[in-house]
Amino acid sequence: MRKGLGPFTITALVAGFAFLYLPILLLIVYSFNDSRLVTVWGGFSTRWYGSLWQNQALLDAAWVTLRVAFVSATLATILGTMAAVALTRLGRFRSRTLFAGMLYAPLVMPEVITGLSLLLLFVAIDLNRGYWTVMLAHTSFTMCFVAVVVQSRLIGFDRSLEEAAQDLGATPLRTFFSVTLPLIAPAVAAGWMLAFTLSLDDLVIASFTTGPGATTLPMRIYSQVRLGVTPEINAVCTLFIGFVTLIVMASSLAMKRQMIVAEQPVRG
Amino acid sequence: MDVQAGKQPKMLATARREFAPWKDKAASPLIRFERVSKRYGGVTAVDGVSLDIYPGEFFALLGPSGCGKTTLMRMLAGFEEPSEGRVWLAGRDLAGVPPYRRPVNMMFQSYALFPHMTVFDNVAFGLKQDGAPKGEIASTVAEMLKLVNLTGYERRKPDQLSGGQRQRVALARSLAKRPKVLLLDEPLAALDKKLRGQTQFELMDLQAKVGTTFLIVTHDQEEAMTVADRIAVMDHGRIAQVDTPADLYEKPATRYVAEFVGDVNLIEAKVVSRDANSVLMQSEAMSAPLRAICEGDVSPGQQVALALRPEKIRVTLRKPGEALENCVRGTVSDIAYLGDLSIYHVRLESGLILKAARPNITRFTEQPITWEDKVYLSWAPEAGVVLVK
Repeated sequence: MRKGLGPFTITALVAGFAFLYLPILLLIVYSFNDSRLVTVWGGFSTRWYGSLWQNQALLDAAWVTLRVAFVSATLATILGTMAAVALTRLGRFRSRTLFAGMLYAPLVMPEVITGLSLLLLFVAIDLNRGYWTVMLAHTSFTMCFVAVVVQSRLIGFDRSLEEAAQDLGATPLRTFFSVTLPLIAPAVAAGWMLAFTLSLDDLVIASFTTGPGATTLPMRIYSQVRLGVTPEINAVCTLFIGFVTLIVMASSLAMKRQMIVAEQPVRG
Repeated sequence: MDVQAGKQPKMLATARREFAPWKDKAASPLIRFERVSKRYGGVTAVDGVSLDIYPGEFFALLGPSGCGKTTLMRMLAGFEEPSEGRVWLAGRDLAGVPPYRRPVNMMFQSYALFPHMTVFDNVAFGLKQDGAPKGEIASTVAEMLKLVNLTGYERRKPDQLSGGQRQRVALARSLAKRPKVLLLDEPLAALDKKLRGQTQFELMDLQAKVGTTFLIVTHDQEEAMTVADRIAVMDHGRIAQVDTPADLYEKPATRYVAEFVGDVNLIEAKVVSRDANSVLMQSEAMSAPLRAICEGDVSPGQQVALALRPEKIRVTLRKPGEALENCVRGTVSDIAYLGDLSIYHVRLESGLILKAARPNITRFTEQPITWEDKVYLSWAPEAGVVLVK
């Protein structure tokens, strides 16, 4: 199989990666630009990173975003794991297909529609829009991603492990916490990180469901960009990219560990 | 465990010989399946099974895959509820009792060791669920690991053990709670042949030692016959026969049992006449009349099958005596040399092939029987079993 890289392959690879990452690379490079004008290179400087810490509005938005992401990811992980367990463990209960379909629908639903419908709901039940509504909205759209990740692990799970625990006297609840959960933990962690990143990135749903005093970082960046791109925004975005990259890497490491656990032979 | 095999006290062997609670009218069974059926949708996995198993027995459920033996065991463990009928354990109806409240433990075919726990924690798991004190848990685990010769492996994880060692951990774990019944689901299927044979004897010794009732599910008739006191042969969700290994082999009740347990020649025949203890039969495939000892209820004209084990047929080059019954002539068409014995396939004039086994007692025979030899097959009237079903 390994024939080395031909000139065509190399060209395709470079073009592909350039298409994907050149804009981001440009953004990172310009975040170190000394000039106030975004498109004119004025020498290397980290001054925009320094000035970030004076921009209270950006810092507030970042803090809101982190809180929303943390709480909604945690809630989504609990709910998503429960849904995945229900789907794989309860066998073919009535309306299982409907439940599964409804759980996966948000994966393909346009964000605008999700955001709009959530907005309508919050207005209808007269919920004051702000931090909590964003948080709830994010929980509802990220939990299906968690469910998918956890379910893939549960499907490959040896049922006889759970039966053995029950056979030895563990109630179903204890079986879940002492056998099932430790074994699917990597998938649950990966699901949490996925939910966290999704919440961090989200602009559309947050814009629909937020209210005064709860502006998230993507929203703040977007609104600032409309007034003109500043090197400061480039710096924020660079930090943001770094942060998300770290989480994605941690998540894929967790998934890799899970693969190793799953590949271990059950029989001797 | 292999060390203990040699040191087995003689007392246990004697007790084993006289052990037959199923013949004792006064004995009460530990496990009772009462007309138990299990259906999955339209499929009947277990069909009206009634079965008594006595305390201290090593009992085997034997049958091909899909015969319902595992389902029957899982109903005792509590993983399946019977669609009909009742399962009793020590006089208690088990209906509605969840698996974690039943005083039975199971050793799984896959062993189902918890991969994230050490050997110690695996064996201690059941004891911890009961809230036993720490000291007691530690001493019981030590005792169990000693029983299966794994002392010193406490800190290992299951993936650091060999297949045979995992099997022993699983055994220790399922015995740790001192269950009333130990259920073994194809416990040796994952081991290689040599280790399997050795482990069968270790299992028997272990059972004699702890005195627990063992219920084993297996598709391997040799395994069932080695370890069990009694065997229930299952076929399509029903029990075909329950008997000791020797009775199952020598007195099969049906064609199915005769064919499933060991090797057999089944000869279709018609009853000609019967006297006090034997019947005379005639078969289209056989040139001579057949006579077999039979106490069962058969009448002239009835269609039956004569079951004849290969090792009970004599193969000779010369005609044995002046026998008119139970003696036919044929040509050797195939020979399987197995070392301890040779299996001859002999084609009769009618085209029927009979299998006959001959032990290789001497290393070399002066006049060996070989391919295309004309031979005589003969057997005693008590060699065959007349099967009506």
